[in-house]
Amino acid sequence: MSLAPHDKNMVDAHTGVSTTGHEWDGIRELNTPLPRWWLWMLYATIVWAFGYMIVYPAVPLVASYTTGVFGWSSRAAVTQELAALGAQRAPMVTALASATLPDIEKNPTLLAFARAQGKAAFGDNCAGCHGAGGGGAKGYPNLVDDEWIWGGTLDDISQTLTYGIRSTDPKARVGNMPAFGTDGLLKPAEISQVADYVRSLSGLPLDGKPDLKAGARIFEENCAACHGAEGKGMQELGAPNLTDQIWLYGSDKPTIVEGLNKGRGAVMPHWGERLDAGTIKALAVYVHTLGGGR
Amino acid sequence: MSLWNKHAIFEKNSIILVLGVLVVISIGGLVEILPLFYLKSTIEKVEGMRPYTPLELAGRNIYVREGCYNCHSQMIRALRDEVERYGHYSLASESMYDHPFQWGSKRNGPDLARVGNKYSDEWHRRHLDNPRSVVPGSIMPGYPWLAKTELQAQTIAQDMKVLAIEGVPYDAAMISNASADIKAQGTDDDPGAGALTERYPKAIARAYGDKGKPITEADALIAYMQMLGTLVDFKLYDGKANLR
Repeated sequence: MSLAPHDKNMVDAHTGVSTTGHEWDGIRELNTPLPRWWLWMLYATIVWAFGYMIVYPAVPLVASYTTGVFGWSSRAAVTQELAALGAQRAPMVTALASATLPDIEKNPTLLAFARAQGKAAFGDNCAGCHGAGGGGAKGYPNLVDDEWIWGGTLDDISQTLTYGIRSTDPKARVGNMPAFGTDGLLKPAEISQVADYVRSLSGLPLDGKPDLKAGARIFEENCAACHGAEGKGMQELGAPNLTDQIWLYGSDKPTIVEGLNKGRGAVMPHWGERLDAGTIKALAVYVHTLGGGR
Repeated sequence: MSLWNKHAIFEKNSIILVLGVLVVISIGGLVEILPLFYLKSTIEKVEGMRPYTPLELAGRNIYVREGCYNCHSQMIRALRDEVERYGHYSLASESMYDHPFQWGSKRNGPDLARVGNKYSDEWHRRHLDNPRSVVPGSIMPGYPWLAKTELQAQTIAQDMKVLAIEGVPYDAAMISNASADIKAQGTDDDPGAGALTERYPKAIARAYGDKGKPITEADALIAYMQMLGTLVDFKLYDGKANLR
């Protein structure tokens, strides 16, 4: 190969294009110019890049950086977008915040807004435990029926949402089913008797001939303080109604014995820190109108 | 030979070409990466950040070991829809003690930057055991062995020493108390809980798994997830004031 300058401007006879001056065994390389349109595109992108550097934050300096002619920043942009979203929702959120339940039910626009926002927030935050439709799962209450462990009024639901149940919030709803077995409060035989009695409260079939009188006595001494003398529960303490055939963990005897042995204390997180007041109200309305609100 | 023709030197000597490529790429790298270490706006100081507790760090190691980052990011971008769904956008300082960071861009699963306090410990236990048992449509694999494997806590002090070299402010007391702190955080009503929260403010001590049983890998992972994104109080955070 030679790079002799005198070869440079040699024109290839066949194509009429000049050669690069490179030569391999008598074969020369054509110096075909780039297409004009391609070159102009390249120059245009270079110009565009300089424009971009001037308009947007680009060049790092000693302690700061060039912020661009419009001072754009992703934080400012998202703050602005969220403010616009807030402004768009503001009239309805304000109306919703002060509205009482009858007001919301009488106003179809407000109800539709609350349910739509509530549904979106439910999908993002609540469906993981309570199911996409609020149907619940073992240990996670069904929100569609009209049985409420901690109360089913709009205010009750709002309070549960804001502070949670046995959550890390100091205002959380607290109430624990004691571990009667592991803490030695009841003997295994007594636990079996009271489990049979609890099953009899909602008319479930019993195996053999359990001593229901003994079970009733144990219930009165240990359980009635929270679940009530008739086992109808107490919402202030989160003690479920044991007579309504709705079971959070299951109605079979081993499950009831397990609960008596180890205690129960499911946790609902507090949402007051994570969600704003408008979203919590919308969620409360959504849950309340799922079917079982009181 | 004009300057224009000097490229022949690079084209004919591979070592010089490699060095030339390195120089050009380093210029790009230095200009793009180096300023991030000194620009005031990129090293924002935020109230509330503290190093991970030994139990959280052990959980983080399991998170990395099991490759959770392959499907879960830990970075909420400054975009409206992300902030609406996951909460306040992530700050660089929220991952300043992460070695390696878990930002990621792959989201087969949801972002976990603020998953702390979003679900109960019991939910996490069931979800790790079999995700379908709580989220019917989930495509996440189950990790049932985590709840059956006792946490090997002996190496955490060593991990903390290495992280201290990397700049995480673990002091001698933190390192020497690593095992005690793991027990204090993973057990109900442990006498060491007070000393733990003194060393690590906002650390939540409780039995993350079965009470009275040894601390498992699942417990450590849950302790880690339950604190993710909870250290900075965004009610007090002012995006402009904190820029130094």
